[in-house]
Amino acid sequence: MSLDAKIPEGPLAQKWSKHKFDLKLVNPANKRKYDIIVVGTGLAGASAAASLAELGYNVKAFCFQDSPRRAHSIAAQGGINAAKNYQNDGDSVFRLFYDTIKGGDYRAREGNVYRLAEVSVNIIDQCVAQGVPFAREYGGLLDNRSFGGSQVSRTFYARGQTGQQLLLGAYSALNRQIHAGKVKMYTRTEMLDVVTIDGHAKGIVTRNMITGSIDTHAGHAVLLCTGGYSNVFYLSTNAIGSNVTAAWRAHKRGAFFGNPCYTQIHPTCIPVTGDHQSKLTLMSESLRNDGRVWAPKTVEIAEQLRKGTIKADQVKEDDRDYFLERKYPAFGNLVPRDVASRNAKEMVAEGKGVGGSGFAVFLDFADAIKRLGEDTVRAKYGNLFDMYIQITDENPYKQPMRIYPAVHYTMGGLWVDYNLSTTVPGLYALGECNFSDHGANRLGASALMQGLSDGYFVIPYTLGDYLAKIGPKKVDTSHPAFEATKKDVVTYINKLLALKGNKTVNEYHRELGHIMWEYCGMARTAEGLTKAKGLIQALKADFWKNAIVTGENEEVNASLERAGRIADFIELGELMVDDALMRNESCGGHFRVESQTADGEALRDDENFAFVAAWEFKGENQPEELHKEQLVFEAVHLSQRNYA
Amino acid sequence: MSNGNMNLTLKVWRQKNAQTSGKFVTYKAENISPDMSFLEMLDVVNESLTHKGDEPINFDHDCREGICGMCSLYINGHPHGPKRGVTTCQLHMRTFHDGETITIEPWRASAFPVVKDLAVDRSAFDRIQQAGGYVSVNTGVTTDGNAILIPKVIADEAFNSATCIGCGACVAACKNASAMLFVSAKVTQLGLLPQGQPERYSRVQSMVAQMDEEGFGSCTNTGACEAECPKEIKLTNIARMNNDFFSAKLFREEEIHEVKH
Ligand SMILES: Cc1cc2nc3c(=O)[nH]c(=O)nc-3n(C[C@H](O)[C@H](O)[C@H](O)COP(=O)(O)OP(=O)(O)OC[C@H]3O[C@@H](n4cnc5c(N)ncnc54)[C@H](O)[C@@H]3O)c2cc1C
Ligand code: SF4
Ligand code: FES
Repeated sequence: MSLDAKIPEGPLAQKWSKHKFDLKLVNPANKRKYDIIVVGTGLAGASAAASLAELGYNVKAFCFQDSPRRAHSIAAQGGINAAKNYQNDGDSVFRLFYDTIKGGDYRAREGNVYRLAEVSVNIIDQCVAQGVPFAREYGGLLDNRSFGGSQVSRTFYARGQTGQQLLLGAYSALNRQIHAGKVKMYTRTEMLDVVTIDGHAKGIVTRNMITGSIDTHAGHAVLLCTGGYSNVFYLSTNAIGSNVTAAWRAHKRGAFFGNPCYTQIHPTCIPVTGDHQSKLTLMSESLRNDGRVWAPKTVEIAEQLRKGTIKADQVKEDDRDYFLERKYPAFGNLVPRDVASRNAKEMVAEGKGVGGSGFAVFLDFADAIKRLGEDTVRAKYGNLFDMYIQITDENPYKQPMRIYPAVHYTMGGLWVDYNLSTTVPGLYALGECNFSDHGANRLGASALMQGLSDGYFVIPYTLGDYLAKIGPKKVDTSHPAFEATKKDVVTYINKLLALKGNKTVNEYHRELGHIMWEYCGMARTAEGLTKAKGLIQALKADFWKNAIVTGENEEVNASLERAGRIADFIELGELMVDDALMRNESCGGHFRVESQTADGEALRDDENFAFVAAWEFKGENQPEELHKEQLVFEAVHLSQRNYA
Repeated sequence: MSNGNMNLTLKVWRQKNAQTSGKFVTYKAENISPDMSFLEMLDVVNESLTHKGDEPINFDHDCREGICGMCSLYINGHPHGPKRGVTTCQLHMRTFHDGETITIEPWRASAFPVVKDLAVDRSAFDRIQQAGGYVSVNTGVTTDGNAILIPKVIADEAFNSATCIGCGACVAACKNASAMLFVSAKVTQLGLLPQGQPERYSRVQSMVAQMDEEGFGSCTNTGACEAECPKEIKLTNIARMNNDFFSAKLFREEEIHEVKH
């Protein structure tokens, strides 16, 4: 099968307008004859479901939480980018496009990224119209701030709760359509498989998480908006429920998986303190606007700090190494995430890490407080500071915060073309669930932008083209494919419920996480990855022998839910390791130790790796087949990323 | 597995589902670190229950960052536990002391039926929002965001109300199980903003009507909701909402009639 990204011909700036014109339209009177299934109601899913319902389609929407308002998108803190140039600082669609391509280390598709920058402008307007309370200036205009990896101020925000406010906006648009009867919402319902007929996606199989009822739903198209899979690392900044199940099961039904090893490591998280932790908490990157990152200059001082014999504010100015400002004077503390993360890791490796565990560096607000006053700092970051106090019992107004990188976001996901279609016709992937737009390293404030762009402004057009082509002929669940897929799901659940071994699924998850972080995290080697593969295969075999799954299907059963998700994580983990091993270059946050410049920076290999890796499932325990989508750069020149 | 030094006794409400009745069951929580969150402490208990082949305790949670509103435990007589302005997932064990007995119950309100153990069904909240908690605007038909000027003080005030996470602690705290604080938060947010004006009075009426239909109690101004709200949503919102509600009733009956049909 050959991969066709379907990027429209013509100049970059006209691709999307031209494409929109070329796409087929569904006659307004016919729209109500089409049923669309939307799985996931985070930013991508809620915005898509609402927009499609407004157009007249019948939408069935699903989420596993008790309410769409609880989707993981709610946790996004920092902000959302848009090329509005309200600050008159030279921003433009092209500049946002350029920064995003560069920030993705030239591993993203030009066409998609340009479209993203183009519609970013409309996203803000849409959200304002819904009543999203973005930060405003005294004159009543929208306020902006800057984010890592950019030199203009283009990030719109709502205190430290941008995700919550954007999601509540999309949720309210969704609610309006539920009220109007155009969307039927299924909460506490988990999608467990995709139903295909003649190679086209025609429905899904779900489990009602209250009664255990396994049901089938038919539609003309299925949209997966099910988020990312950072929890494969066990500890990440993601919500506990975030998982890969929907995408992984779709992968097994024919959807290629793109760039699985591309993981975003976020530099400013609260460090791990013990093995009791169930997740890591992100401190918004916006903190790097005013906070200065440093480590002690010597191992001796670091030692004293670790033991607690001295406190950070007692370290003299001369004994502090503001390593980001020193090494990257142009960007300083605002270098992109991978650069900031790698440098923190280096400090720790040199023995200059701080905090009880030694796995941390400082993020210091003393200067900002001196310059702006504590009240201003509180107004800007108060809720983040409170969160830090809550978790660590330390006061960041008095002592610098301790931060360390953590897994945060996945740029990999189901492979999609320009229309957001996966390799299975009728099956679409939106938001973090797809691989598109971010390349090897996502810049801050761009995931929210992509989720909403996909849902509000891309899929309403591109889906219409597919629907017009297949026609409104009804599909229903009486087709034998539904019964057959349902049977597979039931068999799988019974297999899980039969596991009565001696290790909890959580213990498997933690072990998997250790393997992934150790060998497929911030720095990777061929040797480590090969070892990881063996470890994961052994873990998988052990899981299917010795895991414990309690309870039955016909009830609320968190143990069963988790078991299914962790089984999928284990399989995905193996593919991530294969992908990382194949990609023998360093790009974005994916540092292959074998591929670095003389001064230790990540070294890309454009000659051999300027492609998207799209993996095809070939059957249980079979090696997956690699397909390559060559990336073509017309508007930007491939160059070494340099933030110095 | 943990490195803690606290030993606690938990009295936990166990209830198989909405149809059966429940009871308190006592468990030991051992070797708990003061740095654990309350939910991490329950994770530890659940791991040991699972090892014994027992059913783990079911509770709702997701983000564990105090923002999704999903966690919902009634701890020692307080929704989200004893600390002010904090959700259960952000409550840490250092708030408790070694040897303490902790009572854990689900939210209790007839509009929130128990799902299992400590999890309840809060979909009534969604239905209230669906009744009108939005601005009726379609995708793509909008003006420039800066064409609508909003003074900073108004934007900030609207934002304060918009921070409600829909957790339902206000209902759980209230002796009448009133949902007024929750409803008033959305009514206030949209009522303050220019975008929310056209539907301001029909919105408050539809939302209040739905709230009554769901079986929430009435508000008698006791203020327990504000005291227990993890996001410190203000009682003044309720006053604002009442104001809008009565204005709507007195002056706007006809207009609203038109809007609704
Ligand atoms: C702490 C944090 C802070 C962040 N801050 C920022 C930021 O400042 N700026 C930025 O741009 N990005 C940020 N991000 C990233 C951004 O929040 C996410 O990438 C984005 O919100 C993902 O949205 P989504 O709609 O794709 O998926 P999600 O919001 O994850 O939604 C997934 C949906 O799918 C559903 N679902 C999943 N699986 C199933 C299934 N099998 N069956 C049924 N339903 C299912 C869930 O119920 C949910 O509704 C942040 C992320 C984190 C973790
Ligand atoms: S008003 Fe407060 S207590 Fe009530 S739902 Fe909102 S955040 Fe929770
Ligand atoms: S788990 Fe999300 S608020 Fe507590």
